[in-house]
Amino acid sequence: MTYETQAVAKPYFIAAIGLFVAQVLFGLILGMQYVVGDFLFPEIPFNVARMVHTNLLIVWLLFGFMGASYFLVPEEAERELHSPKLAMILFWTFLIAGALTIIGYLFVPYAGLAKMTGNEFLPTMGREFLEQPSITKIGIVIVALGFVYNITMTVLAGRKTVVNVVLITGLVGLAVMFLFSFVNPDNLVLDKYYWWWVVHLWVEGVWELILGSILAYVLIKTTGVDREVVEKWLYVIIAMALITGIIGTGHHYFWIGTPGYWLWLGSIFSALEPIPFFLMTIFAFNMVNQRRRDHPNKAAVLWAMGTGVMAFLGAGVWGFMHTLAPVNYFTHGTQITAAHGHMAFYGAYAMIVMCIISYAMPIMRGRVANGRRAQVVEMWSFWLMTVAMVFITLFLTAAGVLQVWLQRYSDSPQPFMVVQDQIALFYWMREGAGVVFMIGLMLYLISFWVKEPEPVGATA
Amino acid sequence: MAEFFNKTMARNIYFGGSVFFVLLFLALTFDTHRQLPQTDNRGEITEQTSLGKRVWEENNCIGCHTLLGEGAYFAPELGNVYERYGRSTEAIKAFIKSRPEGGIPGRRSMPQFNLSDEELEALAQFLKYVNGIDTGDWPPNIQG
Ligand code: HEC
Ligand code: HEM
Ligand code: HEM
Ligand SMILES: [Fe+2]
Repeated sequence: MTYETQAVAKPYFIAAIGLFVAQVLFGLILGMQYVVGDFLFPEIPFNVARMVHTNLLIVWLLFGFMGASYFLVPEEAERELHSPKLAMILFWTFLIAGALTIIGYLFVPYAGLAKMTGNEFLPTMGREFLEQPSITKIGIVIVALGFVYNITMTVLAGRKTVVNVVLITGLVGLAVMFLFSFVNPDNLVLDKYYWWWVVHLWVEGVWELILGSILAYVLIKTTGVDREVVEKWLYVIIAMALITGIIGTGHHYFWIGTPGYWLWLGSIFSALEPIPFFLMTIFAFNMVNQRRRDHPNKAAVLWAMGTGVMAFLGAGVWGFMHTLAPVNYFTHGTQITAAHGHMAFYGAYAMIVMCIISYAMPIMRGRVANGRRAQVVEMWSFWLMTVAMVFITLFLTAAGVLQVWLQRYSDSPQPFMVVQDQIALFYWMREGAGVVFMIGLMLYLISFWVKEPEPVGATA
Repeated sequence: MAEFFNKTMARNIYFGGSVFFVLLFLALTFDTHRQLPQTDNRGEITEQTSLGKRVWEENNCIGCHTLLGEGAYFAPELGNVYERYGRSTEAIKAFIKSRPEGGIPGRRSMPQFNLSDEELEALAQFLKYVNGIDTGDWPPNIQG
């Protein structure tokens, strides 16, 4: 570790991994409820388990992004973090607020939670992914502001690399777009219109800047390729991300009461959205092929290439599959959407966080890379989780195709619940793949404790 | 990438491209606002539908259902449930009201929310208003 204050990243990464485990646990509960309808009912109804699942996902990814920033920004800026104390205060604030919110979901009926937290005064609750009580949302904004301040002060006082500037742009964008979660008009069309400014403009906009810059940083460090080359790639990637992704928001404005021209704009621009993801794949493989050194951390390089491939598959390929309006007309809000959502979130954002953890954690624990054994276990976990996610996606896609056929396309469309019964087999298989995913995740945890028979590698 | 294409050019495309498309997006948003009155069924928005939307949100119906295709995929689409239930708010209310506390054994179950009559009526009116939004003929058929 070059700068002492980089170490504040460690608790962030630990929290991220812990919450990831909980997220997947709730995923398995949801998967079970899909096939055994009354599983845990009425103690944990599906909607409650779902909010826990998706909100934990967002929160652990945010912990991951923050940890990544605290680790890489000082090193890039060549100075200590502006205030490690603030970073720790924000860590505990975020963790406690997050935990309280999840406990609220699980132990208080949602309507009661809305009452307790005064939703009537600033109604923002009850929309997908934005279920948090308004007070939690305000807390998130405060944490984000403090975090961005801390990072920005660090960069302003130090070296302003492209990686740092792009990362900060992404983080500021993340905070700014989140403000639209407070926009909740009584007009449902407008509500939905601005809801997507948070959801779409996050994952297909500003988060791509964060993804790109973390990937660029890890590739610079592990391959030793010239910074100029990496920075050029990074600019091209984020240029394509924003050029396609902003108007690409239109692929959510097909069927919600918005004007017809969005059918064209949304289809055309979002059809181009795979480009930045494709570039990321090429970027990762090219840099590794042109490497000037063989970094001992093979696992981190694997994650870097893996995130390139899986983000392209999940976001690019599975996104493209249902993004043209004539296709989306039939697939909108089906298991196809769920299939895409899973692989895209895993491939792009879960994997990039595990990539930076894989690179940074050994360094924070006083070594350049983990020993061979620990890396082998970590790579096994990589493959188990990734292959399991591929199968989850394939099973959900199969379920989705059948659902579209039976419920929307055939001459005698059948009711939703009747169709769900007929495709239960695929939900069972998805749950099976989910169990394999969990095993992979457990292996990932174990890899942090694997001891080597004899000391290996250099010291940091 | 080729030598003639350097970092400065890449950066300029990024800056120029982003600024251009942000502005275009804002312009389109402005135009969408202008055109929405023709499609968004705002004529039917009343204090009652607004209360209905609040009840909808504060019971997290979106956590199981889709509404105009967005939400969760565990339970039926509700954007057109008014149509599916024979354009009867009474039928919708009756369904919501009659959910058993303990669920239906073995079947995906909807909770009993114990809503007041006022809330129930508001919720049903909200679903009726949503049904009236011009969604470009989506969903493809009555089953949602
Ligand atoms: C825990 C999941 C869950 C939640 C939360 C939930 N529902 Fe449901 N809902 C269901 C399921 C499952 C069905 C299908 C029930 C059946 O067919 O037996 C359903 C069916 C319905 C139907 C009938 C749809 C049809 O086509 O037959 C309506 C109307 C409805 N729900 C309204 C609501 C409203 C309004 C809320 C919020 C106050 C809500 N639901 C919250 C699970 C849920
Ligand atoms: C990493 C990037 C991405 C992530 C994390 C992601 C995630 C998601 C998620 C979670 C949803 C469901 C939203 C909801 O609940 O309603 C969704 C919907 C959608 N995504 Fe993506 N996505 C990404 C990139 C893309 C790309 C590049 C495309 C197009 C090429 C795309 C096309 C779509 C479409 C068309 C929908 C709407 C599906 C529907 O109509 O139901 N996505 N995405
Ligand atoms: C491994 C076991 C997992 C299982 C069984 C599982 C199951 C589920 C289920 C049943 C839903 C709700 C779908 C619905 O609305 O009907 C869901 C939603 C979601 N899950 Fe998972 N999940 C798992 C892991 C993950 C992982 C690892 C990620 C991301 C890294 C993830 C991301 C999401 C997202 C983004 C949604 C919302 C999707 C949407 O709105 O389209 N899940 N999951
Ligand atoms: Fe999108």
